[in-house]
Amino acid sequence: MSNKAPTLQLSGLELLEVTPDTNFVNIGERTNVTGSRKFLRLIENGDFETAVEVAREQVEGGAQIIDINMDEGLIDGVKAMTTFLNLIAAEPDIAKVPVMIDSSKWGIIAAGLRVAQGKSVVNSISLKEGEEAFIRLAKKIKQFGAAVVVMAFDEDGQADNLERRIEICQRSYNILVNQANFAPQDIIFDPNIFPVATGMEEHRRNALDFFLAAQWIRENLPYANVSGGVSNVSFSFRGNNAVREAMHSAFLYHAIQHGMNMGIVNPSLLEVYDEIPKDLLEHVEDVLLDRRDDATERLLDFAESVKGQTKESNQEKNVWREKPLQERISYSLVKGIDAFIIEDVEEARTQVKRPLEVIEGHLMSGMNIVGDLFGEGKMFLPQVVKSARVMKKAVAYLQPFIEDEKDSATQSAGKILMATVKGDVHDIGKNIVSVVLACNNFEIIDLGVMVPPEKILEAAVQNQVDVIGLSGLITPSLDEMVFVAQEMQRQKIEIPLLIGGATTSKAHTAVKIAPISENPVIHVNDASRAVTVVSNLLSKDQQKTYVAGIRSDYDAFREKFLQRSERKTYLSLTEARSNALTLDWKNYQPLKPKNLGTHTLRDFPLDRLVPYIDWTPFFRSWDLHGKYPEILSDAVVGPQATELFADAQKMLTVLREEKWLEARARFGLFPAHSQGDDIILYDPEQPEKPISKLLTLRQQLQKKAGQPNIALSDFMAPSTVGYQDYCGAFCVTTGFGTQEKAAAFEADNDDYSAIMIKALADRLAEAFAEYLHEAVRQNTWGYASDEGLSNEELIAEQYKGIRPAPGYPACPDHLEKRELWKLLEVEETIGVSLTESLAMWPAASVSGYYFAHPKAQYFGLGKITEEQLEDYSQRRNISIDEARKWLNPNLVTI
Amino acid sequence: MKGLESILKERILVLDGAMGTMIQAYGFKEDDFRGSRFQEHPSPLQGNNDLLTLTQPEAIKAIHGKYFEAGADIVETNTFSSTSIGMADYQMEDLVYELNYEAATIAKEVADAFTAKEPNKPRFVAGSIGPTNRTASMSPDVNDPGFRAVTFEDLVIAYKEQVEGLVAGGADILLVETVFDTLNAKAALYAIDELKQKNHWEIPIMVSGTITDASGRTLSGQTVEAFAVSVSHIPLLSIGFNCALGADQLYPYLKRLSDLTPFAVSAHPNAGLPNAFGAYDQTAEEMRDLIKNYVDNKLVNIIGGCCGTTPEHIRLIAEVAQQSSPRLYKKVSHVQ
Repeated sequence: MSNKAPTLQLSGLELLEVTPDTNFVNIGERTNVTGSRKFLRLIENGDFETAVEVAREQVEGGAQIIDINMDEGLIDGVKAMTTFLNLIAAEPDIAKVPVMIDSSKWGIIAAGLRVAQGKSVVNSISLKEGEEAFIRLAKKIKQFGAAVVVMAFDEDGQADNLERRIEICQRSYNILVNQANFAPQDIIFDPNIFPVATGMEEHRRNALDFFLAAQWIRENLPYANVSGGVSNVSFSFRGNNAVREAMHSAFLYHAIQHGMNMGIVNPSLLEVYDEIPKDLLEHVEDVLLDRRDDATERLLDFAESVKGQTKESNQEKNVWREKPLQERISYSLVKGIDAFIIEDVEEARTQVKRPLEVIEGHLMSGMNIVGDLFGEGKMFLPQVVKSARVMKKAVAYLQPFIEDEKDSATQSAGKILMATVKGDVHDIGKNIVSVVLACNNFEIIDLGVMVPPEKILEAAVQNQVDVIGLSGLITPSLDEMVFVAQEMQRQKIEIPLLIGGATTSKAHTAVKIAPISENPVIHVNDASRAVTVVSNLLSKDQQKTYVAGIRSDYDAFREKFLQRSERKTYLSLTEARSNALTLDWKNYQPLKPKNLGTHTLRDFPLDRLVPYIDWTPFFRSWDLHGKYPEILSDAVVGPQATELFADAQKMLTVLREEKWLEARARFGLFPAHSQGDDIILYDPEQPEKPISKLLTLRQQLQKKAGQPNIALSDFMAPSTVGYQDYCGAFCVTTGFGTQEKAAAFEADNDDYSAIMIKALADRLAEAFAEYLHEAVRQNTWGYASDEGLSNEELIAEQYKGIRPAPGYPACPDHLEKRELWKLLEVEETIGVSLTESLAMWPAASVSGYYFAHPKAQYFGLGKITEEQLEDYSQRRNISIDEARKWLNPNLVTI
Repeated sequence: MKGLESILKERILVLDGAMGTMIQAYGFKEDDFRGSRFQEHPSPLQGNNDLLTLTQPEAIKAIHGKYFEAGADIVETNTFSSTSIGMADYQMEDLVYELNYEAATIAKEVADAFTAKEPNKPRFVAGSIGPTNRTASMSPDVNDPGFRAVTFEDLVIAYKEQVEGLVAGGADILLVETVFDTLNAKAALYAIDELKQKNHWEIPIMVSGTITDASGRTLSGQTVEAFAVSVSHIPLLSIGFNCALGADQLYPYLKRLSDLTPFAVSAHPNAGLPNAFGAYDQTAEEMRDLIKNYVDNKLVNIIGGCCGTTPEHIRLIAEVAQQSSPRLYKKVSHVQ
C-alpha cells in the first residue's frame, strides 16, 4: 500500500510520476501550431501522417510529455485535436507518454480530454476571467481526470513581480483545493518566465522573481508543481545563440535549484551548464540573479564579443565579400542583399562566353539554394521575396547584353499564367505565388486582377502556357473559377489548373471543380507548395503518377466530404423565425445619435490610424503565422517577423510623410426599425419616409435548446415597440494611391515593396474601420461616450455594438453592398466602386453596418435551405437562379 | 447496518462468481430467452443473457441466492451488457432502463432476504457495468487508425441510462468492470459522476480492469500503473482486476496495483485459463489455494470469481477470506 506523500502522476500507456527525486520533466513543444511553423503547415495541409512523425521525434528525443496545441484561426481546432490524438493513440511509441492539451479554448480542451485514455494535463487555466469561470473549468477538468497548468494571471493581468506571483498562486491554489476539490499534486503553476536584460529597470528582477516564486510555491503550497517556457528568458538576445544557450542552461540550473520541476525547453538551444565559459556564465548569472546594477550593460557589451563565436558575426559580414564569385552571388541571393549584385553579375559576365550563362549558371544555382532552404522550412516567405528582388535586379542588368547577343532563347522551367478572376481585385497572395515561382525559374505571365475568363483562355492559348493559376478572395470568385474550368473543358483546352486564394479550399476544388475537368486541377493555398506542385506537373517522369495521385486523392476526399456532409438538421424558415433572438425591448432605451444623416471624411490623417492597426493578419498575409506581438519573439519565425515588421514600419513612415495613400470615409446614421428579417431605414429629416431596406438572413441550423436562430434584424427594435431605433452604415478606404505605387515598385523590379504597400493599405483600411467605429460610438452616435479601450481590447472586440460587413459570416450576401452604395452614395462621394462580383475597388476598403444594441454580437449565418433562398429572392425581387448564384456557398448542399 | 467502508476495514469482502456459467447450466433455448413477452421480437434472442432478468427472473434470483448461500457478501446484477450499445445487437435499446432497474430490483430482493436472516453479515448488490463491445481509444479498422466506432459522448449517454436504472432499482455499489479500454471506463466514471452530482447520490464505485495477456497490459495498451492513475481521479471504493487471466497469472499485476493505489483492491479472476474447448477446468480447491496466496500476502480487500467460477469456488474462497485480515489501505485525505 502507498504511504508516501501525494505526487503528480500522469499517464499515457505508461506511468509518469513526478516525485521529489525526479530531476526535471521535459515537455516537448514541437507539436504546437503556434510555436512550430512546420507543424502548423502539416496540420493546415491535413498531413497528419507527417505530423504524427513530429510527435514521434519528440518522444524519441526524450520528451516525457508532449504539448499539443491546435489554436490557429484557420484550423478547426476541435477536429484537429481529436484527429491528432486519435492517430497518436495508435502509435505505442508515442502514446506511452502523457499528453498536455494546450489551448485557450475550452471546446478544444474538452475535445482532447474526450479522446485521451490516460491522465493528461490541461494547459492552461487562470483567474483571468474571474473565480467563477476558474472554478467551473477546474471542476470539469477534474471530472475528466486531468492535471492542470495554472498561469499566474488574474483579473488585473499577468503577475510581473514576486508579490503578485505569490498572491495569485496562493489564491489560485486555495480556490482549487478548497472550492473545486482539486488534488494539490495535480496543480502545476506557470509563474511566467519573462525576458531579462531588456534595458528596462522593471525587468531587472524578472528571472530572480521567477526563481523566488518557484521556491515560495514549493515551500508554501503543498504538493504543487512548477513549470514554465524557458526560451522566453533570453528574448533580448535573439540572433546571439551563444548567449541564449548559456542563458537557458543557467536559468534552468537555478530554476531547478529553486524547485521548478517541469518545463518546456528546446534541447537544441541548450548549452551544458558546466561547459559555459566562466566569464560568460558570470555575466549571465549577474543578470539572472540581479547581482549588479550594471549587469545588463555588462552582459550586452560582453555579448557583442561573444557574438563573434556564432554564425552571424559582424566580422563574417565583411568576410563574405572576400569569397569566390559564385559564393558571393549565392550569398546575396540567400540573404536578399542587393548592394553588390550588379557588381558581381558584371564580373561574372566578363568570365563567360554568353551573358545568358550568368542567369542559367551563377544566378540559378544561387536561387536553387533559396528554393531548397525554403522547401526545408529554413527560409521564410519575406526572405524569398527579397531574394527574388535581387534576382530581378540582376536579370534586368543582364537583359540588354542578352538582347545584343540576339539570343533570347532563355530556357525557362515552364510558363505559368496567373490571374485574379473576374470581379475580384485581391492579388497579394497571387503576387506572392508568382514571385516564388519566378524565383524557381518559371516564366510568369501575370494578367493582373479582374480578368474575364475569355481573356484568361485567350492568353493561355496564345502564349502556350504550361499551367494556369487562378486566384480570388471573395466568395463569388469561387463560381468564377468553376466557370473557367467549364469553359476550358468546353473549348478542349488541356492545361492544368491551379486554384488558390483565401476563400478557396481543397473541399471546394475537389467537390466543385475537379469533377467537371479532365485536366489536372489542384488546390494550392500555400506559396511554399506552389513550386513542388508545378514542378511535379511539368516533370516528364513524374507527371503521370503525380496527376493520377492527385486525382484519386481528390476523388476519395470528395467522396468522404459528400458522405460526411449533411447529418445536420435544419429548421424550416417559419420554425427558425419563431426561434428568433428576442431582446428585452421593453427595458431598452436606444440613444438617439447626436448627428443623424450622412457624413464624409476625405484626406483623413493616416497618422491617427496607425495605432489602430491589427498586425496579426499582416503577418499572415506573408505566410508567417502567430499572434502579434508574440510572433516577434517566436522561436521559429521570430527573426523573420521582426525583420518584416521593421520593413513595414519603415514604409509606413515614408508613406505617411509622402502621403502615398489617401484615407476617405463615408458613413451615415439613420432612424430604423426591424420588420421581420428586414431592416427599414428612414430619412433622418422625415422619420416616416423609408429610404432603404436591408435584407438580413436567418440561421436555420437546428440549435441546442435555448439557443436562438439569429438574423441581424434581431438586433434592431421592431416598429411595434413604440419608440425609434437607429442603424448606421459605412464605407472606408485607404486604397487610393496603392495601385500607382505598387506599379512603380514593380517597374523597378521590387515585388517585395509592391506587395508590402498593398498589405499595408489593407491593414490601414481595417484600422480606419476600427477607428471610425470607435469615433461613431463615442461621438457621432455617442452611445458609448465613456468607453476607453486599448487597441488590444478593440481587436478583442470588447466594445458594445457591432459593425458586420456584407460578404462576411453574419451577412454573406454581397448584394447588400449595392443597397449600401445607394443609401450612402458611396461612389459619388468618395469614389469607391463595386465590381460585377461586388468586390470593392480599390481593394483596401471596408464597408458595413453599425448596430448599437449591447446584446448585438457577431455570428456566422451557416447554411440556409432552399426555402429561405426562395423567400429571399422574393424579398430581393430577383429570380431564384440569380439569388442562388449569390448565396451558393451558403446553401445546404443536397 | 454497517456501511461498506467500515466493513472493508474489518474483513475481506467476497464477491460472487460467474453468472454466464450458471446460466449455461439451465440450457435455455431461444423460446426460453423470449418468454411470453418477446415472442414477436424481430431478431434472435438466444444468448442475450441479460434479457433473462425479464423472461426468466426466477432463474436469476436462484443464482444470486446460491452465491449468497456460498458466502458472498456482494452479488453482481445481471446487466453486464445492458447498455443501448450492447443491446443494439438485439434491437432492444428501448429496454435498457427496464433491464437495469429490474436486475437491480431482483438482486436487492434476494440480498435483503439474506440480510434479514443474518443481520451480522449484510449483503450488497453491485450494479454490473460492462465495457460494451466497442472501444473508444482504438480503431476497429487497421487501415484507418484515426477512426472510432464509438465516441466518449456516445458512451456517456449509454452509461447514464444504465446507471439510472441500476440505482433506481436499488444497487448499493456501481461496478465498472472488465475494463479493456480505459477511455470507455473514463466515460462510465464521467457519466456516474454527473449523475451523482445532479442527484446528490453517495453510491460507492468499484473499478475493475482487465489485463489481457502476458504482456501485462490492458487491451488498449496501458500498464497496470497507467491504468490505475487514469481512473483514480474520482474517489473509488476499490480498484482491481478481473477476467482474462487465472488467479496465478494475475498475481504479479495485482501486487503492483496493491503497492500503488490508495484505494481498496479487488480481484475476481477466472477459474484458470480456458482449455482447448473454451471451458474452464480449474477446480474450486485449486483456485482456493491460489487465492490463499493473495490473502496471505495482503493483496486484496474484495475477492470473487469471474468466468468459470461456481458457487463451490466462492464457498472455498469465502472460507479463505474469512480466516484472514484484509489488506490495509488508506484514502488520501484530499480525495473525498
